[in-house]
Amino acid sequence: MKKNIQPYLVNLLCLVAALALSVAVGPVLIKPGVLLRILVSGLPGIAIQPDWPENIAAIVQQVRLPHAILIMLTGAALGGSGAAYQGVFRNPLADPYLIGVASGAGLGAVFAMAIHWPNGLLGLYTIPVAAFLGAALTILVVYSLARVGGSLPTTTLILAGVAVSAFASSLTSFLMLRSNQELRRALGWLMGGSLMSGWEPVLAVLPYVLLGLLLLLGSGHALNVLQFGEEQAIQLGLPAERVKALVLIAASLTTAAAVAFSGVIGFIGLMSPHLARLLWGHDYRRLLPLSMLGGGTALLLADLLARIVLAPQVVPVGLVTALAGAPFFLWVLRRAKNQVYW
Amino acid sequence: MLEIQSLSVSYGKSTPTRWLALEQVSLSVQPGEILVVIGPNGAGKSTLIRAVSGALPSLSGSVLVNGTDLAQLSAGQRSRRLAVVPQARQLPAAFSVYQAVLMGRTPYLGWLGQTSSQDHSLARRALEQTLSLELADRRVGELSGGEQQRILLARALAQDTPVLLLDEPTTHLDLQHQSSLLNLVRKLASEKKLAVLMVLHDLNLASLYADRVALLVAGKVRACGLPAEVLTAQDLTSVYNVPVHVVPHPDYGSPLILPDGRFGASL
Repeated sequence: MKKNIQPYLVNLLCLVAALALSVAVGPVLIKPGVLLRILVSGLPGIAIQPDWPENIAAIVQQVRLPHAILIMLTGAALGGSGAAYQGVFRNPLADPYLIGVASGAGLGAVFAMAIHWPNGLLGLYTIPVAAFLGAALTILVVYSLARVGGSLPTTTLILAGVAVSAFASSLTSFLMLRSNQELRRALGWLMGGSLMSGWEPVLAVLPYVLLGLLLLLGSGHALNVLQFGEEQAIQLGLPAERVKALVLIAASLTTAAAVAFSGVIGFIGLMSPHLARLLWGHDYRRLLPLSMLGGGTALLLADLLARIVLAPQVVPVGLVTALAGAPFFLWVLRRAKNQVYW
Repeated sequence: MLEIQSLSVSYGKSTPTRWLALEQVSLSVQPGEILVVIGPNGAGKSTLIRAVSGALPSLSGSVLVNGTDLAQLSAGQRSRRLAVVPQARQLPAAFSVYQAVLMGRTPYLGWLGQTSSQDHSLARRALEQTLSLELADRRVGELSGGEQQRILLARALAQDTPVLLLDEPTTHLDLQHQSSLLNLVRKLASEKKLAVLMVLHDLNLASLYADRVALLVAGKVRACGLPAEVLTAQDLTSVYNVPVHVVPHPDYGSPLILPDGRFGASL
């Protein structure tokens, strides 16, 4: 039993540490003790005499904490959906970014903004829906393009993903160029910088990510069976088509929600599941939650790096993940080519 | 028992390219009996397995297990009545053998896949029956072809079904592993009263292990009966386009097929 819990504990600990680091580090460094007391004082029913400047508390509660939580949710969404795509496609290189889903979601979100999707809070809460439609459309196109007979070879999947992704990205750029100033701000967002700060985007993204991740968490056993191939899965009593549709919808929903508020961030969905697989094995019932925890940690660290490397300027986090992720991608490609463990 | 009634399967969507891979195939297998399907390449042997298992939609006809039409059932209900031993290729290499065999219990599990102690004891028993218990902790990818085939048989046994389908289980095995696997199938069929439908390429193995043999040619059943009735020199020569001799097995008297096509001897 101890062996079963250990990976979760390790991942949870890393996530909490990354979260604390992310909140503490910035233009103003916040000492751990102060940070802890500010956080505890925010809990209901606990009164701590404030011995810190008021603006520090505001920075933590209104800026850093919501930002860190948004980043964490985004990373968890990308890690979880990456593992899910890899499982459904039985392809080690499936990643929401590489197969074009992230770009499709970005196009959906920008399109919604371009046609002046209802403004205000309602608009904010429904932009993930537009992103989801974009993501779902993309995955349909990529899947039907890349499919060869009953299988989905790595090469055709990546080629179709790259082509569709390029197409979606150019449409997105076109929409942004021909529209007003407001939308041009979206350029920075698309490369992985949040468009808004505060708690609103967290609340807007939370229901979609939670729903999607919960659906994925329940799909571990089905994904395990699916690893034998669709035909054997059916012969083992799994309604393979329905399972695939459900997992793809759930993964695209989480990806879309993440993209809608954090931009198109690549490679987290590739790196996190692969590291989890390497360390803790291939059982999807375990791989999915570990990929989510690891994805959250990885993106928090990437975001931290993006904020401090050129401070006070903030580098888009998508650049950081791509810088680390592209070499990783090549490494996985080599391993997949040699059939090392897939 | 397994009854296949007038089963037809077509490949291709539109009329000009459409062709029948199986045409009005009717076969039945009694509990404890092994029916071996033989036939030249492209005769539709694997298609038959796929269609009977429900992995391939059929054009017409029906498949019954103990009187129940499988078409009326869900994938889960179907796989409690009929298990398939596929050809061992492209198995998920990283799974442990035990995990792979335990997945034979999928038809009895819920969506989350929680297993009971009964599932575990059935998986262990299946490993014992296939003499694979010592492989339990190995990874599937580390196994030899013969071991992988045994694991797939164990997975099918864990499914605990009255009907077992095997698709060319001996294709990549050497002589020793061929006979040990088929002896195992023979033993299980008799002991557990399984109705076994097995596709084999090797006519001599078919002759040795089958209770009855069905000869499939171009999607149709050309002949079905005892090995001695179906495996005749005349029929095999015309079906396989190669002259053959059929002689009695020195120990069992069952037909042995000797090809006679060398040095350009032709029909």
